Amino acid sequence: MKENIVIIGGGIAGMEAAKQLLCLGYNPIIVEQNDHLGGHVSQWHQLFPDMTPAQDLVRRLGEEISEANIFLETTVSYVNKLKDGYNVMLNNGVNIVCRALLIASGFKLFDATKKEEYGYGVYDRVITNSDLEAWFNGKQDPRIPDKPARVGFVHCVGSRDLKAGNSQCSKVCCVTAIKQAIEVKEKFPDAEIYCFYMDLRLFGKKYEDFYINAQRDFGVHFIRGRVSEVGEAIDGRLQVKAEDTLAGKPLKVTLDMLVLMSGMVCNPQATEIARMIHLDMDDDGFLRSRDNVYSIIESNRPGVFYAGACTGTKTVPETVAEARAAALGIDAYLKSL
Amino acid sequence: MMDFGFSLSKSSTLNLDTADLSLYKKLCELSPDARTCMACGSCSATCTAGPFSGMSVRKVILDLQRGRDVKAMVQGCMLCGKCIMVCPRGINTRNLILNLCKIYDR
Ligand code: SF4
Ligand code: SF4
Ligand code: SF4
Repeated sequence: MKENIVIIGGGIAGMEAAKQLLCLGYNPIIVEQNDHLGGHVSQWHQLFPDMTPAQDLVRRLGEEISEANIFLETTVSYVNKLKDGYNVMLNNGVNIVCRALLIASGFKLFDATKKEEYGYGVYDRVITNSDLEAWFNGKQDPRIPDKPARVGFVHCVGSRDLKAGNSQCSKVCCVTAIKQAIEVKEKFPDAEIYCFYMDLRLFGKKYEDFYINAQRDFGVHFIRGRVSEVGEAIDGRLQVKAEDTLAGKPLKVTLDMLVLMSGMVCNPQATEIARMIHLDMDDDGFLRSRDNVYSIIESNRPGVFYAGACTGTKTVPETVAEARAAALGIDAYLKSL
Repeated sequence: MMDFGFSLSKSSTLNLDTADLSLYKKLCELSPDARTCMACGSCSATCTAGPFSGMSVRKVILDLQRGRDVKAMVQGCMLCGKCIMVCPRGINTRNLILNLCKIYDR
């Protein structure tokens, strides 16, 4: 009998970990609340820096874990600690006993309606990064005009914002904004595109190249200054105010569409499980790793492991790497018992 | 008009709806690398003339991007080319200034 490992969350972290655990001879059981695997990535169109179709990654991972047990549209009702493991009770009545548990519940997109001054859900032409990806994927969106003349992107929405309760940087949204700015410019070559940023954090491989491309080949305008408020004109267009902090002057512009780069917050599901089995939470609202240098995938409880954005904001490659590390960590842990 | 003893000062707001970017666009045709400026300020910091004449390549590019005139600033450049050496984006800043002068001369 192969040993059961419960994986909470069927996004790319959970999928990759399941794949590795299968290779290591275990029986991974994925518990996913949605009706499909792949999490946020499955809703995304193309991934930076190579513009890889997100669906390809999800499809490939899906094929590789065909042997795993997968519960879709299922949530964890209860987890309790046993003498040498955990008892996981699912909302479909299934009970699983395991010695190791992997939390891969990922992140939740920051709810942009909380930043009222940007008008998401109030004005017709304000959308989020994730709405735009869905539109790239072919979903109809009446908020996106047929021929926008001016499109703006607001960086750091709900990130680096103590008032929104999130001091952390979401890491992926600077490069995502630039990627989406390029994609919008490709769709609407006559449009002027403005990115409103506080800092451009383009730390990853090829991110800076994206920035240079956006400037040189697509003429994207970068304005250093956080949008302070958005108003709606009588014709439905948006009046955006910011300070151009490089010029030291107030700036205003009328836009046909505004895209908010919503950041990442911890998935409330993770918080719920943390409460049940006394996992430490960090002050950024994510799960606290044993340490943030060497033991990111380990929790403060024996047998509970982490992978991906449940411990903080992560990129896709970071998430995949952590999922692999977590599978190895689980294997080493079980062998040490 | 009646004199109320005070006047209104002109708004300093940069209005991108009305900003005239034709000068910037002309410059980008001759010096396409102008677009890649990231406003680091190395050029201005190294400029020997700047502290005396007010010249700053960074400000010239930014002002053009906001539709402002830079003729007076450019006249404070002595075309020494020192700024080319420090630009991390490899912008040929001296050539950029010369191109601007050409556009103004037309
Ligand atoms: S990655 Fe960029 S947009 Fe996202 S939170 Fe960090 S600084 Fe802001
Ligand atoms: S070329 Fe002009 S702007 Fe550049 S360093 Fe010399 S004087 Fe300054
Ligand atoms: S050194 Fe180059 S990149 Fe930096 S401000 Fe000057 S022109 Fe722009």
